[in-house]
Amino acid sequence: MSDLLKNIIRFALFILVQVFVLNSIPALHYSVNPYLYFLFILWLPFSLSRFWLMVFGFITGITLDYFTHTPGLHAVPCVLIAYLRPFLVNILIPQQGAEMNYKEPSIKSLGLAPYATYIVLLTVIHHGVLFTLEAYQFGNIWYLIIKTLASSLISLLLILLVEMLFNRKQKFITNT
Amino acid sequence: MKNIFLFVRQHSNLLFFLFLEVLSLYFFYSYNKFHQAAFTGTANELIGSVYTQYNKVEDYFNLKKENERLSNENSRLINKLKEDYSASDTAFKIVADTIPIDTTGLKRKYYYMQAEVVHNSTNLPNNFITLHRGLAQGVKKDMGVYGPGGIVGVVVDVSNNFSVVMSLLHKQSSTSVKIKKSGEAGKLEWDGEDPAILTLRDIPKSVKLQKGDTVLTSQYSDKFPPNLMVGTITQVIQEKSTNNYLLKVKAATDFKSIQTVWVIDNLQKEEQKELEEKVKNKK
Repeated sequence: MSDLLKNIIRFALFILVQVFVLNSIPALHYSVNPYLYFLFILWLPFSLSRFWLMVFGFITGITLDYFTHTPGLHAVPCVLIAYLRPFLVNILIPQQGAEMNYKEPSIKSLGLAPYATYIVLLTVIHHGVLFTLEAYQFGNIWYLIIKTLASSLISLLLILLVEMLFNRKQKFITNT
Repeated sequence: MKNIFLFVRQHSNLLFFLFLEVLSLYFFYSYNKFHQAAFTGTANELIGSVYTQYNKVEDYFNLKKENERLSNENSRLINKLKEDYSASDTAFKIVADTIPIDTTGLKRKYYYMQAEVVHNSTNLPNNFITLHRGLAQGVKKDMGVYGPGGIVGVVVDVSNNFSVVMSLLHKQSSTSVKIKKSGEAGKLEWDGEDPAILTLRDIPKSVKLQKGDTVLTSQYSDKFPPNLMVGTITQVIQEKSTNNYLLKVKAATDFKSIQTVWVIDNLQKEEQKELEEKVKNKK
C-alpha cells in the first residue's frame, strides 16, 4: 500500500473514531475528555518538510472542528504540535541519520524511551493548549490543570492501546 | 530590501506557523461572536450527511427509551385537549381549532415543527446538536427547540437541510426562565461541568425557595412559549457578594439521548421586534 493511501485511510479513521466514539461515549468524569486524533500528526512520515507537517496539522484540526462546530479550537494545538515535532525528533533521535532508515516515528525507529518522551510531551502540550483555549471562557485555573492532566493520562492509555493493537511494521531502509 | 527577503526566507517556517495560528485563532474568536465562519454552510451540509448516515444505526439503541418518552409526552398533551374539559353551562361550548385565527379571536403565536436529531454531544464544554431540518423546511435562526421533557436550546446556524442548535449545555447559552411558584424570572446558564445540572442566576434572596421547585420558561423570551418545562431545583446556594441566589437546576431534558425534538416558530416575533426597534430609534 502506498504511503499516501495509507495516510488517507488513517486520517479518516482517526477523525471518525474521535467524533463517533471518543466524543460521544458517556464521560468517565466531566473533567476527562480523551483525544486520539492528533496521533495522526505524530505518525506522519519523517520525509515531510515542516511546511507540509503544518499544513496537514491544520487540515486535521479544522476537519475535527467542523464536526464539533468550534472552528479553530482544535486547529491551534494541531498546528503547534506539527511545528514542534521536528525539534523534538531532532533532539530525541538515537543516532544521526536514523530518520533516513525508517519511514515514520515509532517505538522501533526512535527507541522506547525517546518515543515515549515524544508522545507524552506532545500529548500534554496538545491538551494543555486545547483546554486553555476552552477554559478562556470558564476561567478556573485548577479546573484547567486537573482537566489537562486527567485527560492526557486517559489519552496516553488509549495511545498505548493503539500502539499495542496496531503493530506498525517498520522496514529498515538502507542506501546500499 | 535584500535583508528583508533574507529574513523571510530564513524564517519562512516560523512565519507560516504564525500565520496558521493567527488564522485558527481568528476562526475561533469570530465564530464565538457571530456563529459564522468560513464555509460553514457547505461544511454543515457535508457533515450533516455524515451524521445522518451514522444516526441511522445509532437510533436503534435508544428506541425503547425514546418510545417511552414520546408516549409520556403524548399523554401529557392529550390531557391538555380542550375537549376533555366540560363546561357546567350547557350553552357554552369550547372550540379547539387549528386554523390561525379561531372563532374566539385568538391568534396562533407558536408553531411546533418536528425535527430529527442527527448528532448530539454532551461531553464538550460547548455542545451543539445537529437537526435534519433546515431552511427549506422552515427552520430559521434564533428559533427555540423543545424536546420530550424540557427545552433543549436555540438554533444558531441553518443550511438548506440541516440546522445547528446551541444546546443549553453551552457556555454562551442564556435563557430567560422563571420559578413556577412565585413567577420570579432569572437567567439560566451552564457552568461547563455536569451535563445534567444547569445554573440559575438573578433570583433575589427575598423569594422563598425549596429544593424540588419547578423551573419553567418565562414569558419574556421571544424564542420559547411561556410555561414550558425546564427542570427542578436541586441545590440552593446563597451568593455572598450579591443579593441573589445561585441555584442549581436539574434539567428535565435528558440531553444524552434525545432523538426527536420540536423546533418552535414564533409567528409574531417579527412584529414584536419591529415595534421594539421603532421605539428604540425614536430616542
